[in-house]
Amino acid sequence: MSDIPAPRFRAATEEAPAVRWTLICLAVLGLAVLVFAPLIAVFAEALARGSAAAVASLANRDAQAAIRLTLTIAAISVPLNAAFGIAAAWFITKFDFRGKAFLITLIDLPFSVSPVVAGLCIVLMFGANSLIGGWLVAQGWPIVFALPGIVLATMFVTFPFVARELIPVMIEQGRAEEEAALTLGASGWRVFRTVTLPNIRWALLYGVLLCNARAMGEFGAVAVVSGKIRGQTATMPITIEMLYNEYLSVAAFSLAALLALLALVTLALKTALEIRNADALAASHRP
Amino acid sequence: MTPRFDTPLTILGVMPFLRRAASAGRPISKEIDVLTTIQVAGDVTAQGLRVAELTDGRVTIETGRERLTGWPVPRTLRAALAGAALALMGFVGAPAPVQAESLLNVSYDPTRELYRELNEVFSAWWVAQGNEAPTIEVSHGGSGSQARAVIDGLEAQVVTLALASDIDKIAEAGKLPPDWQSRLPHNSSPYTSTIVFLVREGNPKGLKDWGDLVADGVEVITPNPKTSGGARWNYLAAWAWAEKNGQDPKEFVGKLFRNVPVLDSGARGSTTTFAQRGIGDVLLAWENEAYLALKELGEDQFDIVVPSVSVLAEPPVALVEGNIKTDDSRKLAEAYLNFLYSPEGQALAYKHFYRAWDPSAANPEDVARFPQLDLVGIDAFGGWAKVQPEHFGDGGIFDQIYVPK
Amino acid sequence: MGKPLIHRSPIPGLGLSMGITLTMLSLIVLLPIGALLLKGASYGIEGIWQTVNRERVWAALFLSFRLSLFAALFNLVFGLLLAWVLVRYRFPGRRILDAAVDLPFALPTAVAGIALTALYAPNGVFGALARDLGWKIAYTQWGIFIALVFVGLPFVTRTVQPVIEEIEREVEEASATLGASRAYTLRHVILPMLTPAALTGFALALARAVGEYGSVIFIAGNIPLVTEIAPLLIVIQLEEFNYDAAAAIGIAMLLISFAMLLAINLIQVWSRRRIGHV
Repeated sequence: MSDIPAPRFRAATEEAPAVRWTLICLAVLGLAVLVFAPLIAVFAEALARGSAAAVASLANRDAQAAIRLTLTIAAISVPLNAAFGIAAAWFITKFDFRGKAFLITLIDLPFSVSPVVAGLCIVLMFGANSLIGGWLVAQGWPIVFALPGIVLATMFVTFPFVARELIPVMIEQGRAEEEAALTLGASGWRVFRTVTLPNIRWALLYGVLLCNARAMGEFGAVAVVSGKIRGQTATMPITIEMLYNEYLSVAAFSLAALLALLALVTLALKTALEIRNADALAASHRP
Repeated sequence: MTPRFDTPLTILGVMPFLRRAASAGRPISKEIDVLTTIQVAGDVTAQGLRVAELTDGRVTIETGRERLTGWPVPRTLRAALAGAALALMGFVGAPAPVQAESLLNVSYDPTRELYRELNEVFSAWWVAQGNEAPTIEVSHGGSGSQARAVIDGLEAQVVTLALASDIDKIAEAGKLPPDWQSRLPHNSSPYTSTIVFLVREGNPKGLKDWGDLVADGVEVITPNPKTSGGARWNYLAAWAWAEKNGQDPKEFVGKLFRNVPVLDSGARGSTTTFAQRGIGDVLLAWENEAYLALKELGEDQFDIVVPSVSVLAEPPVALVEGNIKTDDSRKLAEAYLNFLYSPEGQALAYKHFYRAWDPSAANPEDVARFPQLDLVGIDAFGGWAKVQPEHFGDGGIFDQIYVPK
Repeated sequence: MGKPLIHRSPIPGLGLSMGITLTMLSLIVLLPIGALLLKGASYGIEGIWQTVNRERVWAALFLSFRLSLFAALFNLVFGLLLAWVLVRYRFPGRRILDAAVDLPFALPTAVAGIALTALYAPNGVFGALARDLGWKIAYTQWGIFIALVFVGLPFVTRTVQPVIEEIEREVEEASATLGASRAYTLRHVILPMLTPAALTGFALALARAVGEYGSVIFIAGNIPLVTEIAPLLIVIQLEEFNYDAAAAIGIAMLLISFAMLLAINLIQVWSRRRIGHV
């Protein structure tokens, strides 16, 4: 707005400039105190002994194993949760059935479970002393303290993200467009691809972003099922905690900063998409 | 090879970060005479003529006395750049596994520095005995949660925990014989420690002994005895002092804990609260933690005060019979535990501020720094089997300190 | 009720979407939680009640739920504001703000806890400021509140944002044409459209805050009855190898959260029926 001359008459669909700037300032101030300050603290700690020390600490073999492990976990759990999210949102918003609120609440459940309890649940289910876990260990397929357990814990914790992101938007959209397309003879798959998907793409993207960020950053649940073996089952957050406890704060915070940056990579992708679609968006939404 | 927990993952093709145990690195070229520095284990490096390169990137060198295999150490900058690139690419360059016996030591929090060094020295010693370089992993965490992980299937061959009661729990689950503690010398404790005070430089509040800690306005920092093994020793040391000085121990300990403004969940958390957040006048800490804090966080900021009475904490070690699958594995695990009792192992324990038993190979300075004081063992309290439920169990004496008024 | 379980619909994909939904829900969520409930069941309702019905446990549960509610309410208001600002206004640095919203998830909770404690401890940047005003943040309930706001921050913004993106300007124009003031339009036209998404975000932020452990533990002080949160009690029970009691407190928290979420979701379904499809 600063690049165009101030209009003498504001559009009826905008707030007064004073209101607008107050809101912007509140948003900036809030984020500065709540988010930027901790982030700056992390980067300041990471760079306390210069950027070379920070980068060198990332070259450590254990740190790299942790980075690989975390990326692998995200690469497995995020697409699976995204697929689930789309299916669940479709099921919940396109059909009428009894117990809908109950089903949505079940999907929300992982959020209300403390990560520690989530880890405990998985240990109780698949630990060496449980029925299933004991059998799987005997088959040479242990779950807990190996990759599957960590993936399960991560999926549990990030389970609702995509679905919960999609459901409100798909409710807002209604079913009329899909029904119209079906009437015109489009197949179900085609309706989803050409009618639904374009409408929900932003929500889907936000959901995947959140899911991804949380999948990479999860600590509590993963700590219970990981065994914390350096270079093997220690994810980035767990390695960070271990390093911090060893008074290696530069290494710990460098890894934390990298984790934050990794989450930002996905955001950069989103921004790139946004810029590419800016014209289309401007035409449809922003007069 | 014995099937173990990573087998299905190798099938799925996502193995690179799991146990380095699958395929052997084969030599691809021989006799390249270049002076090379390699990383043998952790921070231990060796230099010599390069004699072979393996497919996985490791090299074998000839030092004149022996042949060693390890990762070549590149120049710092190259490593840094490679690290950044690897960090972004993620999967590239996974180190391929090494054919060697591996050992997992599940330990508690304050032993990180000790075992980091001990593992390196032990590996070198083990190789010098004519064995392949072993892969030794250590996992650290709260003593109780580490014991729980072993019970739930973490495949540790060796546990080195803070409290005998935690290893008893593993024994109850059937992974250890009940008499495990009598199998190694000194109640299976290769090193001991005690609880001391860490105060701010110059001791501004003049805290000399336990009695001074309950004064009004003194803030005491200790972890939560419910979640930290070390904090249980803090509590018991205060109890022992009160008993010896004719005070009602229950009332004394209650007063002490009412002076605690922050109960962190672990020992390191408390050290951070005290040292970096500037909270409190005195930190109750493991002696080795206190010395380490001095070393890491500045000797000019804190002083160590040794009270007249403290506890003799005996962190025990044990071989987890249930997780030993082969004779080779047993041999390595037994050698590892025995090494803790060897003069070299004991010297390392002294070096890392533990009170060990055998000072013959230790640096005299490391031994001399420990002041003598009246140390009370757990037996004086009736053993862990009695202390644990009575003091720290649900609704135990510690819980009774915090009752609503 | 004479209502059929599932209404007929011309839209395809019922079997596929229901199949995927129920299978994954069962495998990932219901089975592990079932294992927890089973553990609790072997302990008996009596045992669970005895574990939970103690002053200290009630104090911790009350503290956790009360502070989570405050934090979620704060996040509801701030999240709506933030979403509106990010979607509707153009100003320098907007994209950076947008990117920052997800950071609370990206930072591992332990790192967030350490960073927040460093800032709000009496010798930290904000902590020193507060101390001069005679106000203590870290190691009090305020500290817990701040950590909970932090971990729940992205929820409301990220659920409301896509809905604002989809709002057609014509609706607002129509409202303005009909003589409504801007405030009236926002209050009576825009806000109702955002309500389902905002409520969702609120519910999620609330649920997340209740269970949060990693970041709170650093800043809380953890003094029983004063700053001891419910998840810490679970960890304490686990340290004592008391799986049953841990499961009992876990189940109690689960039931309360489930009831709260169900209530919020029922309100949503009900309000949707009342308003009808948009």
